[in-house]
Amino acid sequence: MAKVPAETHTKVPESPWSPQAAEAAMVRVTPVDAVGLEERAASLGTRSIKRESKLFALDLAVRCADLTTLEGADTPGKVTAVCSKAVRPDPTDSTIPSVAAVCVYPALVPVAAERLRGTGVKVASVAGGFPSGLAPLDERLDEIRQAVRWGADEIDIVLNRSAFLSGRYHQAFEEITRSKEACGTAHLKVILEIGELGSYDQVRKASMLAMAAGADFIKTSTGKIASSATHAGALCMMEAARDFHRQTGRAVGVKVAGGIRKAKEAWIYLVILHETLGPDWLTPDRFRFGASTLLNDLLMQIRKEREGRYQGPDYFTVD
Amino acid sequence: MPAERGRLSVRKTYKLYIGGDFPRSESGRSYPAVDGDGEVVARVARASRKDLREAVRAARSAFPGWSGKTPYNRGQVLYRVAELMEGRRAQFVEEVRRAGATDPEGGVDAAIDRWVWYAGWADKIHHILGTVNPVAAPYFNFTIPEPTGVVGIVAPPDAPLLGLVSRMAPAVISGNCAVVLASERWPLPAVTLAEVLATSDVPGGVVNILTGLTAELVPWLAGHMDVNAIDVTGVPEDQRPEVERLAAENVKRLVRAEDGETDWLGDRAQSPYTVTSFMEMKTVWHPMGA
Amino acid sequence: MPERERDELERRKAAASSALAERTPFAYASAPESSEIVRIEDRYGLFIGGEFVEPKSGRWFGTLNPATEEVLSEVAEAGPEDVDLAVTTARAAWEESWRDLPGRERAKYMYRIARQLQERSREFAVLETIDGGKPIKESRDVDVPLAAAHFFYYAGWADKLDYAFPGRLPRPIGVAGQVIPWNFPLLMAAWKLAPALATGNTVVLKPAETTPLTALLLAEVIQEADLPPGVVNIVTGAGETGSNVVTHEAVDKVAFTGSTDVGKIIQRAVAGTGKHLTLELGGKAANIVFEDAALDQAVEGIVNGIYFNQGHVCCAGSRLFVQESVFEPVLERLKERLATLRVGDPLDKNTDVGAINSKQQLRKIEELVESGVEEGAEIYQPACDLPARGYWFRPTLFTGVAQSHRIAREEIFGPVLSVLTFRTPEEALEKANNTPYGLSAGVWTEKGSRILWMTSRLRAGVIWANTFNRFDPSSPFGGYKESGFGREGGLHGLEPYLEFEEDGRAG
Repeated sequence: MAKVPAETHTKVPESPWSPQAAEAAMVRVTPVDAVGLEERAASLGTRSIKRESKLFALDLAVRCADLTTLEGADTPGKVTAVCSKAVRPDPTDSTIPSVAAVCVYPALVPVAAERLRGTGVKVASVAGGFPSGLAPLDERLDEIRQAVRWGADEIDIVLNRSAFLSGRYHQAFEEITRSKEACGTAHLKVILEIGELGSYDQVRKASMLAMAAGADFIKTSTGKIASSATHAGALCMMEAARDFHRQTGRAVGVKVAGGIRKAKEAWIYLVILHETLGPDWLTPDRFRFGASTLLNDLLMQIRKEREGRYQGPDYFTVD
Repeated sequence: MPAERGRLSVRKTYKLYIGGDFPRSESGRSYPAVDGDGEVVARVARASRKDLREAVRAARSAFPGWSGKTPYNRGQVLYRVAELMEGRRAQFVEEVRRAGATDPEGGVDAAIDRWVWYAGWADKIHHILGTVNPVAAPYFNFTIPEPTGVVGIVAPPDAPLLGLVSRMAPAVISGNCAVVLASERWPLPAVTLAEVLATSDVPGGVVNILTGLTAELVPWLAGHMDVNAIDVTGVPEDQRPEVERLAAENVKRLVRAEDGETDWLGDRAQSPYTVTSFMEMKTVWHPMGA
Repeated sequence: MPERERDELERRKAAASSALAERTPFAYASAPESSEIVRIEDRYGLFIGGEFVEPKSGRWFGTLNPATEEVLSEVAEAGPEDVDLAVTTARAAWEESWRDLPGRERAKYMYRIARQLQERSREFAVLETIDGGKPIKESRDVDVPLAAAHFFYYAGWADKLDYAFPGRLPRPIGVAGQVIPWNFPLLMAAWKLAPALATGNTVVLKPAETTPLTALLLAEVIQEADLPPGVVNIVTGAGETGSNVVTHEAVDKVAFTGSTDVGKIIQRAVAGTGKHLTLELGGKAANIVFEDAALDQAVEGIVNGIYFNQGHVCCAGSRLFVQESVFEPVLERLKERLATLRVGDPLDKNTDVGAINSKQQLRKIEELVESGVEEGAEIYQPACDLPARGYWFRPTLFTGVAQSHRIAREEIFGPVLSVLTFRTPEEALEKANNTPYGLSAGVWTEKGSRILWMTSRLRAGVIWANTFNRFDPSSPFGGYKESGFGREGGLHGLEPYLEFEEDGRAG
């Protein structure tokens, strides 16, 4: 038998199977049964809340609102008006709290930052090639850095669905990590755009991926496609956040956005949040609503609860 | 039987059929089988309750394998029984004739044809009583018939072959395993049928045939906690209340041929609903979601 | 920003955070459904021949609200003479009108009943909850709508029976004696009455003694529907009344839902009489969770499986089998979820677990739970306040349960879950089937092939895969083994109420 050179004989390729990798490969993201999930969300929707709790919920919803304007036609004037509304949602009622943040495009961050300085209302900016997330990565990262420099406290980016849906999880993960670095001290919200993910299994998977990659918040939707936040979709993400918290000890926030217009819908989200993640999540630090028309409905409901009369829209400012 | 042409015939010992074997009764007892002319033709094994217990045990252990076969396979296996019966037709006719039957040929032919008829149902019964149920929610919902398990069959005493086949074939075709009490008065064709089964492809234990005194054995069969259903067609009328009460011990399914179904040569003696009377309906739900 | 505005903001923020700290933020409403909608009579006679009549027995008994222990009403106790009158009335109605009425006409009466149940759904739901203790959420969303749906579904069969069983000519049997339990009083009445009426039988129905009121309200609906007198007769009373119904010689068909013990007594009682019999009895269902299951939905399914209707459900998923590799995450989620269950006033729309149906049932649950503790299983109950009056039991789960423990073998019929583990599908199957019962089972796995493998081997009449405790009038329900025989619901639910002439078949 020919003597095999010692080098080729002993060289073994490095195994990808470290004990940790092996264990990680055995653990997979919990699947989601769509019918069961939707039934659970619907059953939570039938909870009825005490009148005092309803006021608390409405007040909390206002405090958790990211008052948003994301139009091509946004101007400094429009953004200034939105900021005023954010600080003092109801000029006739000083007991109504400010909202959590104002969310704008990067170009308008300086306007919002100026108006909101010292109010406690945060400046949030979509960045990173919103809403598709398909601009070159460097450009996306630059956009994030620029928005932060201009005064954004919070950055809302989108998950790279192109990478995620084609199975390039590593790329999707990596991009979020890089975005987080680009944020510096600003908080990072990752929009999953659940209406494009196709199934709750994917929503759950994307949630875990975004949280593992460093997201401070996971967010349902951009508001730019027809299919946006749903109670079941939000429940699915909250269950992922609960698992992530249990596994890592890190609390990640959840933001529901897109198509939420009525106070009734909003408090169903709060019920789902409360049942799934518990009272610790009932704070703007861990929960947000993307809101534009929602805010006035919250205000109308608050006044209705206080005055016992159904309200009309003419009595609330449109900014 | 008498010697013919100077040769002494070899007599047959009529034994029990349990788990594919032909044991004598553990009791060591037998009883005479008397033909229509009052002549003792043979002695047959007189099964004890312990033999019955063994038969139930054999049936239970055969159940997973037999019920797990494809219906197509069971259909072929039981069709094969008809083929083998055809080969022993003369013997069956002679045995049935000696019981005093008026039309022994007709009876044996009907018994063979009945096997064929039921064998064909093996892979069709699900079409008749299986359903897809349109529930008012996002679930796929269906119901399928399944064999109930171990079935006790008390064969009709008056039709020792055709009556037996008419009750046994529909029970085993769906995957049940049977413990059969043969006609007490005239058990010979049942034992011959056991020999047919033993040489067929029917696995041991699927059919177990006991000869003996019906009144003595039937309470043990009815009260047995590992028997799921009992066909009381052959139970004497005065013993029925007792048998049915005992059957309640483990909520046995009670099956019997209705009036009109015991004209064994008639069409009403065979029905797919006799097959399903030995079956359970299983309903399965599953959500439909992406 | 002006200083004044800023101060005010600070003040408001402080107020808001203290509010958060001080209040239980999400106290759900005590949102009681008003019981005003229901008018409960002081006394109810027996419903015989289309009228409420005084009992010949001269005896009456009280029915309680198990959540308050208040007596709601007095109800007649039917003695042998009363039962005899009910049965002979049913027999006469069958022979004189109902038997020969065209199916389409029978159907129209049934549609009327279904519609009335929908129209008066709130009334029925509130009464069901007051008399039985189940949460209004369930009586409103499950019991009453399903009861109406049953009448609708079977009404449609009444004039189509010739198409139901190929090769068979169906005809009604005669008088059906039906005895129903207290866990779904109205729904069980509908399960029994609807197929019986659709197939042309007349009925004597005996509701459970602790929950007679919705059946008696249904009697009013039946009156208003102008159903021919005597087609449905309702006799109230306890076990003895039921026994008189099932043994009456003019009763041709007996249908019973209840415990396996009583089922056996009934099977013995009708032995040798030639009466048709169907039994829907007890269960000890296995709910099997594999490691690849959708765990959050599985946890919902486990909760729904055993705490729905306080666990007073014959098909309750009372034995949970969890694959060992996911035992901890499942148990953790389950305990968390248990803590969110709201136990209390059944009329409150937010209540998940209501009152135990009777003192007797409460004792039985307590006794079995004590046995579990004594046998060494570990008990877990979430902290929750229970009302001072009424019959209550905390949602309970046991871990460290062995197959040999009583709590793993006996039907508890209460909100008590026994948790066991397994390693392989074969082991799960073997343990699941290791019971004299065979009513239902649950399987949770995302692997389709394993679902079908399991469902074909589980010896039970209803298998819920990736769900639990779903019911529908078109879906047959009933047990294997000691869980009874015969099916209710669907095409198969017609068969127990029919006799057949087979005809027109090729040989």
